[in-house]
Amino acid sequence: MAKLAEEGNADMTKTGELLLKVQGVHKTFGDRQVLKGIDLQVERGEVIVILGPSGCGKSTLLRCLNGLEPVQGGHILYRGQDLAGGDVNWRELRQHIGMVFQNYELFPHMTVLENILLGPLKVQRRERAEAQQQAQELLGRVGLADRAGDYPRQLSGGQKQRIAIVRALCMNPDIILFDEVTASLDPEMVREVLDVILGLAKQGMTMIIVTHEMGFAKSVGDRIVFMDQGTVCEVAPPEQFFTSPATERAQHFLNIFEYNKL
Amino acid sequence: MNLDWEFIMESLPLYGDAMWLTVKLALIAIVLSLVLGLVFSLVLFYKVKGLRSIILAYIELSRNTPLLVQLFFLYYGLPKVGIHMSEFQCAVAGMTFLGGSYMTEAFRSGIEAVGRTQLESGLSIGLSRVQLARYVILPQALAISIPSLGANAIFLLKETSIVGAIALMDLMNVAKDLIGMHYKTAESLLLLVLAYLILVLPLSLLLTWVERKVRHAEFGN
Ligand SMILES: Nc1ncnc2c1ncn2[C@@H]1O[C@H](COP(=O)(O)OP(=O)(O)O)[C@@H](O)[C@H]1O
Ligand SMILES: [Mg+2]
Repeated sequence: MAKLAEEGNADMTKTGELLLKVQGVHKTFGDRQVLKGIDLQVERGEVIVILGPSGCGKSTLLRCLNGLEPVQGGHILYRGQDLAGGDVNWRELRQHIGMVFQNYELFPHMTVLENILLGPLKVQRRERAEAQQQAQELLGRVGLADRAGDYPRQLSGGQKQRIAIVRALCMNPDIILFDEVTASLDPEMVREVLDVILGLAKQGMTMIIVTHEMGFAKSVGDRIVFMDQGTVCEVAPPEQFFTSPATERAQHFLNIFEYNKL
Repeated sequence: MNLDWEFIMESLPLYGDAMWLTVKLALIAIVLSLVLGLVFSLVLFYKVKGLRSIILAYIELSRNTPLLVQLFFLYYGLPKVGIHMSEFQCAVAGMTFLGGSYMTEAFRSGIEAVGRTQLESGLSIGLSRVQLARYVILPQALAISIPSLGANAIFLLKETSIVGAIALMDLMNVAKDLIGMHYKTAESLLLLVLAYLILVLPLSLLLTWVERKVRHAEFGN
């Protein structure tokens, strides 16, 4: 299986700058192995969609890439620097590796604008005027230009999640990790959030997206990474993955989704 | 009942002095307790090795011994090992020892009420641990903690009534002396109750007002 994953990666690395290279990453909680040797490569401008059954380790993988969980083995090379080692400046790195969570975790005591500007002003120490201009422009792009002064409680779930994306974007990251960002939304709000991410893909943003929205996965992904039980089972372009998945486990996974649609 | 108004008027300055003492003592002890509580709760939150278990032990000790015992220890015990403090210093130290643990618990419950995902979204934009406390955790935790912090402040203010035990002329002692010397029990007790009401009531009302303010600005994501 791991062999297959490697081959899947191999023919994709011919062009572009290699941004992230995950090699044999292991993660355990106590004596429970949750990631059992993950390999993954991401080029600049690429959109990777991670699919897999619940509990297979998708969130854990993203959290390892963002330093929220330490890993117990393997390498995470970000532009050549190993993030799996001991002394990594995660404060610095997280400015380049953004993350958006499932539960639109905006800071409830701050306005939309304050939420967005906290990182640029306090972490990146940028000029307020310049950062604010970028924030306003990004808010405009996600259709929320008039909500800068609102508090999160005044917004719908879909709006909050779009703000959370803007908050990540305003740090000018190299890559953004999305962990099931539409999973807690009411169905009618899913689309507005996915559209924003599709827009980012068109602009060439590098992203790793964990989602259960199959149609979205198909249209946004350059490559589908299918995980099961802590391993990468299959890496393939979307057309191939959705029409003729190579592994039995992926077939089984897709079948379940077919049933869900009925 | 006939009250001896002349006696009451003559006693007022004594009560005034004692009230001032109580206010000074309570104010200093409350401020110091708040500082201790804030620092200790952050140490517990960040799980600072070594310090953590010391603070937990302190909390147990502080909450499970009477203030009177703590005061006696400071006043009669410490001089035996060569540490001498004035009565007032002893009272401040004792009340802070007591208040620090209550304030720590109040801050801690507020901090714990801020969700783990809030912390992670703070980290994910590159905030340092200090920035995380300052911009994300404490503003939310304080709003949650204010009612119990305020209740603790009132508790401390009322607890000052015990410092007479180490010979400070607080309100209790003034009243006791007056009763002992002049047998004017009703007048002395009336003044005592009034004095405490004058001190505690405004603080209570202030607290209710602040609580309402805070609830008004309730965030709720
Ligand atoms: N902090 C944790 N402690 C212990 N086990 C965890 C922790 N986080 C996740 N797990 C376990 O790791 C496995 C993978 O979880 P997760 O990465 O959240 O899966 P997914 O996102 O694919 O649904 C699950 O079985 C989960 O119970
Ligand atoms: Mg998950």
